[in-house]
Amino acid sequence: MLSELRTMWEVLKHTFTKAETVQYPEEMPYLAPRYRGRIVLTRDPDGEERCVACNLCAAVCPVDCIALQKDTREDGTWYPEFFRINFSRCIMCGMCEEACPTYAIQLTPDFEMCEYDRQNMVYEKEHLLIDGVGKYPDYNFYRVSGMKTASKDKGEAINEARPIDTKSLLP
Amino acid sequence: MPMIYVDGQELEVVQGENILEACLNAGLDLPYFCWHPAMGSIGSCRQCAVVQYQNEEDTKGRIVMGCMTAVSEGARFSLKAENATEFREAVVESLMLNHPHDCPVCAEGGECHLQDMTVMVGHRDRRYTGKKNTYRNQYLGPLIHHEMNRCIACYRCERYYRDYAGGKDLGVQASHDHLYFGRHEEGVLESEFSGNLVEVCPTGVFTDKPFLKQYSRKWDLQSAPSICQGCAVGCNIAPGERYGKVKRVHNRYNNEVNGYFICDRGRFGSGYLNSDLRLDYAGIKNPDGSFFAVHQQQALDTAAGWMAGKKVAAIGSPRASIEANYLLRELVGAKNFASGFSDQEAELMASIANILQTTKAVNPSIKQIESADAVLILGEDVTNTAPRVALALRQSVRNKAFELAEQMELPAWQDAAVRNLAQDQRSPMTIVSAIDTRLDDVASICVSLAPDDIAAFGYAVAAALSGESTDNPQADAAAQMLKAAKNPLIVSGSSMAHQGVINSAVAVADALDKATSMLSFCVPECNSLGLALMVADGSGSSLSGLAKRASKLDALIILENDVYRRGDKSQIDQLLASGTKVITLDMVENSTLDQSDLVMAAASYAESQGTLVSSEGRAQRFYPVHSPAAERLPSWQWLLRLASVTGHKKLSKLQNFDQIVAACAESNPLFSGLLDVAPLNSFRDRGSKIPRQTHRYSGRTAMNSGVSVHEPQQPKDHESPLSYSMEGLNRDQPSSLMPFVWSPGWNSNQSLQKFQSEVDGPLKGGPSGVRLISSSLQGADISRQIDKVTLKAHQWHLVPMQQIHGSDELSAHTDEIAELAGRGFIAIGQKVAEKLAVTEGDGLLVKQGEIECSLEVRILSRVAKNCIGYSVGYLETQGLTAGSLVTLEADKSWQRSGPEMIASDKAAFEQVISDGGASNV
Repeated sequence: MLSELRTMWEVLKHTFTKAETVQYPEEMPYLAPRYRGRIVLTRDPDGEERCVACNLCAAVCPVDCIALQKDTREDGTWYPEFFRINFSRCIMCGMCEEACPTYAIQLTPDFEMCEYDRQNMVYEKEHLLIDGVGKYPDYNFYRVSGMKTASKDKGEAINEARPIDTKSLLP
Repeated sequence: MPMIYVDGQELEVVQGENILEACLNAGLDLPYFCWHPAMGSIGSCRQCAVVQYQNEEDTKGRIVMGCMTAVSEGARFSLKAENATEFREAVVESLMLNHPHDCPVCAEGGECHLQDMTVMVGHRDRRYTGKKNTYRNQYLGPLIHHEMNRCIACYRCERYYRDYAGGKDLGVQASHDHLYFGRHEEGVLESEFSGNLVEVCPTGVFTDKPFLKQYSRKWDLQSAPSICQGCAVGCNIAPGERYGKVKRVHNRYNNEVNGYFICDRGRFGSGYLNSDLRLDYAGIKNPDGSFFAVHQQQALDTAAGWMAGKKVAAIGSPRASIEANYLLRELVGAKNFASGFSDQEAELMASIANILQTTKAVNPSIKQIESADAVLILGEDVTNTAPRVALALRQSVRNKAFELAEQMELPAWQDAAVRNLAQDQRSPMTIVSAIDTRLDDVASICVSLAPDDIAAFGYAVAAALSGESTDNPQADAAAQMLKAAKNPLIVSGSSMAHQGVINSAVAVADALDKATSMLSFCVPECNSLGLALMVADGSGSSLSGLAKRASKLDALIILENDVYRRGDKSQIDQLLASGTKVITLDMVENSTLDQSDLVMAAASYAESQGTLVSSEGRAQRFYPVHSPAAERLPSWQWLLRLASVTGHKKLSKLQNFDQIVAACAESNPLFSGLLDVAPLNSFRDRGSKIPRQTHRYSGRTAMNSGVSVHEPQQPKDHESPLSYSMEGLNRDQPSSLMPFVWSPGWNSNQSLQKFQSEVDGPLKGGPSGVRLISSSLQGADISRQIDKVTLKAHQWHLVPMQQIHGSDELSAHTDEIAELAGRGFIAIGQKVAEKLAVTEGDGLLVKQGEIECSLEVRILSRVAKNCIGYSVGYLETQGLTAGSLVTLEADKSWQRSGPEMIASDKAAFEQVISDGGASNV
């Protein structure tokens, strides 16, 4: 008996607390930048595509919804010829973002991706690529990598010495 | 066998092996870099450090290198001791000091031995804060990409390229931490085996350039066990496919055949599979000569209409499988079946097929060739006709070194010591050829003779062996060398297109009369020997015979064969243009297809299955890597369906591939072994088919979603025990079903050791392939007649020169191979050049009867008297016949070709300019 009364009291008490219901979509909830929503491909601070088509996101994806093909620019740098995410399969787990060695692939706080036609859930590179650096403003993979690119010669990457002269006898 | 103790565990090991091998044999994971099973140990990378204890009481021990320490009874080691693990981690840490931050953009990533070993030793965080060493890269040709920053200085490339493959233009420069592995200047790598650098390099310094253009990670490739179609050696390969394209070809280990290495034609020559020249649909010819595409059934019905109740003949192909040739032969009847060899080749192949069954000598596998301690090569440039055999011959001359090492009680894996001991001492090799060969540098005697004289030389050796006296001191020396050897080997082949040369080789082998003597023939195409065995009863028709009665034929079926490469043009025109309905099955556009009335789009070797018989007489099965694209069908399926549409009594009862193999095995006692070549379609491993995809195969729900988001079912393979899927286990199955190698913690091709029953030994899945023929005790019955040709003044003997890049019909359609092949040429000696007043690069008019070719001159160091060589299989030399007599004159109107600028050269050239000069460093 006492237990039942106590239960009723607990329930009625909530009549006077503030409602948690959010009037979505009129009222947008706050989503932190680290929220795992729609996936984007970002650009490096120089405005170039960050993705180097290393395939690690595709490999780590538990639902295998990322497919891409590597291609090469004239200066030898890698980029994806196509980059496709099938969002109708994506579970927004964020593993791709964790696997990405260049901060190219990032999840954003946007979850409003409903479509009437499932085919429209397939995003190609032009749908994924944004004109910004996303959450990581400074990183440019090719400034660290040892590869020669159009903008830097061998030995000009971060923490690199000038190319070795193999004909020199000096220590 | 000695017992050793590793971390308290008792291991039974093989006497003479080293600790690294013993640990790997026991399934223990001991990291290594510089050691390679085919190349032995040099102890340069310090990675396989273990602790050795003096005795049971010793608790401290000392660090020794696993690869440099021989096992001995009761020896005690530890892999897990703290100082050993710390040491190994420290080694990787120091290798990583200069290793660039490249993994995401490195083609080795995901199958990198350095990645695997780094994870294995547990190194993670970089402590060193200094700067990384950097190097400039070199342009090494269209096949190999160079990225020197990634080097860990293990010396494997240099040891493979120079010591193992006999290359001269790649080496190590500079010293201490400035080591540079490359050429003295930029340029195309000369070795025909340069592609193996990709697999030998434990990291990404040397990577596959054509693969890099359309790169996919190893885990994303769908692979299948396959057999190389580039030549008759039958190397085992594992092509990898993604998005419908065959992206690369990797070596597939077969202990008895190719071991760890394949040649560049095999590795890079499959680019034609993705070329625009491939046929996608069947087509019927319009009156105006163009073709219109038709459905498979429509093509079959049309063909059946042309064949019903009519006189039908067929031409088979030495580059098609046994099964397809068998079906075609049954379909039209043996009498109406021409093998598809040229008349000259048909004769040679028939005699080789016969000889291999009657000679006393053993027809050796490549493994056996490596054991030869004296070699006589008659008329063959093996590097260009059977490249992988040439690599084995290079190893055979090292047997002298191993013999010396044995006397000194030096283990064979002590590579540097063995080489140092032997210096330039080699097992004897005599090369008798018309023109210099790529093996000349390891030969003890090189003799330059015209084809007729090569045969005479062979007979002289045979005579000397049977105790007769000859007036030829070189032949006597060769006979002595063979007589003194334990495992003498005679190599000859069909490339000279000379019956006498072949016969003389047999005469030598039979005169040797030793149970261990070996006789190996180089034959032209991947199934030449299989086809020769099929038509060995002589019931078939010849190509010229068929051409003669062409007007009486109603229909002619041609299987995967460009007959214009098999005979002179007028004869083939007569065959194809006589009102006969010509039905052709092929995969790449060619002149024969243009002359056909109906074309059926055949699947390539990467899309179909079949059996090939290698020059060793070994029948091996290849499996489709991916299901046929568009409306292509494997030739055997086209023919099986055609048989059923035409209501062929015997063939229409056959339903599937296994039944064809069974019928084929029954048809010919020589083919009874076909039943055991590979497991039946019903084979299952733990209830599952063998997966072609790795367990990490990515993108399955996105690959096709660009077309439709509704995912199609995986293609089904109804004919083989392999599946187009990642389900199932790639482990413990028979070797002929091994699509790729991978083992936990071992992502690189070094994981192969987990599939071997012992280091460098056979695979756990048993031998792959079945030898169909063996030698007998009777000795071959051959004619010793040589029809000597007499030359008139100003006449030259035309000697065919096979080229590894360019002479093969299909691989020449690959861009990179075509680039290396260059243009057709005529090869002359220095004296002839002076006489004709031409220099290298000039033009020569070659007149052979009515045929006249203008060809570029190449001047060679060793050309037999009255002989000139020409590049076989090139467009420019089409029409020239081996062995014919020609006249030469300088071509006045010849335009010398300037240095051709190709795309890849251009990049390298610009780099040189931007680097401010020709210096590459």
